Amino acid sequence: MATFVSYPLPSLPEGWSAEKDFKAVGKITADGATQRTIEPVGPHFLAHARRARHKRTFSEDDRIQAQERAKNVEEDNDDDISEPEDLMMLNRDAKDWKTQDHYKVLGLSKYRWKATEDQIKRAHRKKVLKHHPDKKAAAGRTEDDNFFKCIQKATEVLLDPVKRRQFDSVDEAADVEPPTKKQLATSKSYKLWGNVFKSEARFSKVHPVPSFGDDKSSKEDVENFYNFWYNFDSWRTFEYLDEDVPDDNENRDQKRHVERKNANSRKKKKVEDNARLRKLLDDCSAADERIKRFRQEANAAKNKKRLDKEAAEKKAAEDAKAAKEAAEKAAKEAEEKAKLDRESSKKAKEAAKTAVKKNKRVIRGSVKDANYFAEGAASPAAIEAVLSDVELVAAKDDPEEIAALAAKLTGLKVADEIKGVWKEEVQRLVAAGKVKESEIKAFNA
Amino acid sequence: MSETRTGPAPGDRTAIGITFGNSNSSIACTVDDKAEVIANEDGDRQIPTILSYVDGEEYYGQQAKAFLVRNPKNSVAYFRDFLGKEFKSIDPTYNHASVHPQDVDGSVAFTLKDKAGEDEAASTLSVSEISTRFLRRLVTSASEYLGQKVTSAVITIPTNFNDKQKAALVAAAKAADLEVLQLISEPVAVVLAYDARPEAEIVDKIVVVADLGGTRSDVAVVASRGGLYTILATAHDHEFVGAALDKVLINHFAKEFIKKHKIDPRENARSLAKLTAESEATKKALSLGTNASFSVESLAEGIDFQSTINRLRFETVARPVFEGFSRLVESVIKKAGLDVLDVDEVILSGGTAHTPRIASNLGNIFPASTAILSPSTSATAINPSELQARGAALQASLIQEYEAEDIAQSTHAAVTTVPHTTNAIGVISLTESGEEVFVPVVQPETAVPARRTVQVAAPKNGGDVLIKIVEGNTHIKVIKPEPKVQAANGTNSKAAKVEDDNSGEDSDDEFSDEEEEEEKREKAWKIGATLAEAAVRHVKKGAQVEVTINVNADLSVTVTAREVGAKGGVRGTLSA
Ligand SMILES: Nc1ncnc2c1ncn2[C@@H]1O[C@H](COP(=O)(O)OP(=O)(O)OP(=O)(O)O)[C@@H](O)[C@H]1O
Repeated sequence: MATFVSYPLPSLPEGWSAEKDFKAVGKITADGATQRTIEPVGPHFLAHARRARHKRTFSEDDRIQAQERAKNVEEDNDDDISEPEDLMMLNRDAKDWKTQDHYKVLGLSKYRWKATEDQIKRAHRKKVLKHHPDKKAAAGRTEDDNFFKCIQKATEVLLDPVKRRQFDSVDEAADVEPPTKKQLATSKSYKLWGNVFKSEARFSKVHPVPSFGDDKSSKEDVENFYNFWYNFDSWRTFEYLDEDVPDDNENRDQKRHVERKNANSRKKKKVEDNARLRKLLDDCSAADERIKRFRQEANAAKNKKRLDKEAAEKKAAEDAKAAKEAAEKAAKEAEEKAKLDRESSKKAKEAAKTAVKKNKRVIRGSVKDANYFAEGAASPAAIEAVLSDVELVAAKDDPEEIAALAAKLTGLKVADEIKGVWKEEVQRLVAAGKVKESEIKAFNA
Repeated sequence: MSETRTGPAPGDRTAIGITFGNSNSSIACTVDDKAEVIANEDGDRQIPTILSYVDGEEYYGQQAKAFLVRNPKNSVAYFRDFLGKEFKSIDPTYNHASVHPQDVDGSVAFTLKDKAGEDEAASTLSVSEISTRFLRRLVTSASEYLGQKVTSAVITIPTNFNDKQKAALVAAAKAADLEVLQLISEPVAVVLAYDARPEAEIVDKIVVVADLGGTRSDVAVVASRGGLYTILATAHDHEFVGAALDKVLINHFAKEFIKKHKIDPRENARSLAKLTAESEATKKALSLGTNASFSVESLAEGIDFQSTINRLRFETVARPVFEGFSRLVESVIKKAGLDVLDVDEVILSGGTAHTPRIASNLGNIFPASTAILSPSTSATAINPSELQARGAALQASLIQEYEAEDIAQSTHAAVTTVPHTTNAIGVISLTESGEEVFVPVVQPETAVPARRTVQVAAPKNGGDVLIKIVEGNTHIKVIKPEPKVQAANGTNSKAAKVEDDNSGEDSDDEFSDEEEEEEKREKAWKIGATLAEAAVRHVKKGAQVEVTINVNADLSVTVTAREVGAKGGVRGTLSA
C-alpha cells in the first residue's frame, strides 16, 4: 500500500555528500510518543498480537503495569462538582422554578456561567443518582419528588443555550459588585475592577474581551479596554423576568396585553442595564489612576514638545543670524582680498614692465657700450644692423629670456665677450625656430 | 491446556455477535465472512431489551415492549447499565414505566411475578438474573435461526464499562450457558463493520463514531491506522438521547390533547405509556417520511386521539435536543485535541442515528471532505442499528478458532499497550513555486511498530534526488473575512445605541448585525525537526521515488528510498 504524491522531491543540493548517501540528523522528539491502548479487534490486530506476543505469557502484574502506563481516555471524576445541599434548597417547591438558583440546585454555584456543558451534565447525573424518588424510597424516605423536579428543571434550563443565557442574564449571584471607595484606596483596586469586568464580560457578543489590566498596562491597552467597553455589545436579555403569558386561546386580548407589557419591560430593563454599565465605566475611568498618569505624561510630553520647539526655533534664528554674519564677513574679506590682489598684480605687471624696460635698456646699452662692435666710429649701416638684431631679439624673447640675457650681459665690458653672448642668444633663437637665419644682420654665425 | 478449559473447545463452538443495549439488543452471525444481523422469531433485528411475565409466561423483545402498557408491574426494561453496579450508582429514570429497581443489600434487583397462579409470591430477581434470562432468549433465537446451539459470543460494551461491569456481564452470559469469547468496545465494533466490507480500503484515518441510542449517547474519536484502532477520546451522555426526542413528541401531543380535552395524559401511567409508545413510533416514521400520523385509541379517559406532525415541525420543537447532539460530537473532538478538519469520517450508529436532522446538522459542522456515514447522507451507509452487532459477529468469526487462553493472552494489556507517535513523519516535496511542503508518511497517533510507504515524483529532469525526512504537525489556518466597519471608534452606531434605546424605538435590529461573514479554516502541515537526509542517485527523467519509513517498537526509525523499478537505493537508521 503506497500513497502517490505528485509534488516532486527536491534535487540534491550541490556538494551534498554523506557516507552511504544517508545522513542521520535527529531522532523522534523526546515526547514524540504516547502509550495508548490499541483495541484488540479486527484482522490487523491479530497480526499485531502474534508479533507482540512472541510466544510469551503475560501475567496479571504485566496487565496492571501496562494499564498504568497507558493513557486513560475514560476519566470519570466528579470531584469538581460537590457542594453541600442546604435544607432550604432541598425543600423548595418545583413550581417556583423561576426563582430557583439553577446552579446551586445542581451544585455548581462556584462555576455559574463558567460551568461547561460537560460539568452540567455530570452534575445533573450526580444529583439524579442521589435524589431520584426511587433512591429516596429505597432509603426509607418519603417518595417526595419535589427536589428531583427542581433538578430536572435546572438541567432543562442550563442545557438549553438559549434558556441558559436568559437565566445567566439575571443571575445576580454571578454579579461582581464594583469596589467601594475604601477598597479603591488599597493596592487591590486593579484586581477588584478586573473581577467586575471579567464578570460583565460574560454578556459580550464579541470575544476576546480585553481585560482591565493593572498599573503596568500600556496606554494602548487601557485605551483599548475603555474603547471596547464604551462600545460594549451585550447579549443580555430580560425575558427570564417576564410575567407568565396566559396559555389559553380564550382571552386573546389579555394575552396580547401581557405580551406587550413584557416586551416593554424587557426593553426598559435593557436600557437600564446599558445605563448601569455606562455609569460603571464612568466611575471606573474617573478613578483610574492610569488615565490620570497618562494624561500627565501626555501633558508633560506636550510641554516638552513646546519647549523643544521654542528652543529649536531660537537656535535656528541664532544660527541663521550667525550664518548671515559669517557670509557678510566672508564677502567683505573676499572683496578686500580681490582688491589687494588686483592692486598687487597691477604692481607686479608694472614691475615686470619696468624690468623688461630696464633689461631692454641693458641689452641695448650693451651694444652701444661695445661701440657696435666697430673699431673706431661705427658706420651708420653697422649700427643699423646691430640695432636691428637687438630689436629682433628683444621682440622675440619673452621677459624672462630678456632678463636672463640682460643678466649675462651685465658687467661685460669686452666687446667680443658681449658679441659672443649676443651670437649665442641669436643662435638659441634660431635653434628654437623663433628667428630665421636670414633675418639676422649683425650677429651671423 | 485442554484440561483447564472451561468453555467449549474451539472446534465445537458456534459463535455469534451480540449487542446488548439498554433499549435494544441484536444478534448477528457471519455467512461467508459477511456479517448478517439475525431476525428473531418475531422478525425483529432490533430486539427491545425487555422481559415481561404474563401468567408465568416469559415474553421478551417487541412482545414484552407491547406489554409495557398493560403489564408494567411485571415487565423489566432498561437494565443493562445496572449490571455490575451498586444500587447507589444507578440512574432509575427510565424504569418509571416498568418495574422499578430496588436496593437489595446494596445491589440492584427487581421484584415481579414470574410464575403462574394467583397465590404465587412475587420473585425478587437480581439484575444479573434478569440479564441471564434475557441473554438466554437471544441465544435461543440465534440457535433456532442457525439450526445449531450457539455456544459462544462476542458482546459489545460501552467504552466506559469498568472491570466489575465486564465481569458481571461475562458471568450473566455464562449462567445463560454462553461463553463470552471477548467483550469489544461498541465504537470499534462499528468501525470494524465498515472496514470489513470488501470494497473498504485500509487507510489511515480519524473516525468519529457517534453511537446515539435510546438512553445514552456515546461518542468516540478513533484513530484508525493500518487497520489498528486506538480510541483517543470519548464522551458519554445521558441528556441528548433518543428518549429525549420521544419526550419532545410526548409533550407536543400531550399539549395538543390538553388543549382539546383539558386532560393531561402524562398524569396517568397508562396514558403516558401509550403516549410514549406512539411517540416513538411517530418519531421513527419521521425518519423516513416527511409526515407522520399519531394515533392512540383511548389515550385518556376513553378518548381516542389522532393527530399528525410533519418533519419540519418535529425538527423545530426538538431543536434543543438536535443541537445538543452536535455540541456533544464537537466536544469529544476537542477533548481528543483535534479539530473538525482532522476528522475523515463520522459514522452514525445506534437507532437514533436514523434521524436525518442529526446527520445534516453534523454535515454543517464538518468540512465537505468529511464523510458522514448515515442513511440520509450516504447511499452506501450500513443500517446504523446493525453496525455493532455486525462488528461483534465479524470479531467472533475471527477469533472463534482460538483457545480461550490464547484469546486472553492476545488481548492482554501488555500486548495492547504500545507507544503511539505524537507527530507525523514524512518527506519534503516542492510545490510549483519551489516551496517546501510536508508529505506525511506516518500519521500522528500511529501505533508502533509501523511501516508506511509513499511514492513521490522525482524532479522533472531526474538526476540526484534529496530525501529529507522530517517531523510534521498540523495546525489550523484561519482566514478571517475582511472586517466590517466595527464599533472600534467611540463615535459610531453602537455607542449611539444606548441613546436609541432611550428614545424607546424598536431595537429589533439588535441581532441583525450579527450576520458575520464566515471565516475560512484550513488544515495545514507545519514542517518540524529534520530527522534524516538521504540521496537517491541518477534517477531517470519522469521517474518515481519510493520512500518507506519504519518506526520500530523502540521508536528508532529506518528509512529506505529507491527509484521505483530500479535497483539499489539507500537505507539508513536513526537511533531511538
Ligand atoms: N428509524 C428510527 N428513527 C429514529 N429513531 C430511531 C429509529 N429506530 C430506532 N430509533 C431510536 O433509537 C433508540 C434505540 O437505539 P438503539 O437501538 O441503538 O438502542 P441501545 O443501543 O440499546 O440504546 P441505549 O443503550 O442507549 O438505551 C430509541 O430511542 C429508538 O426510538
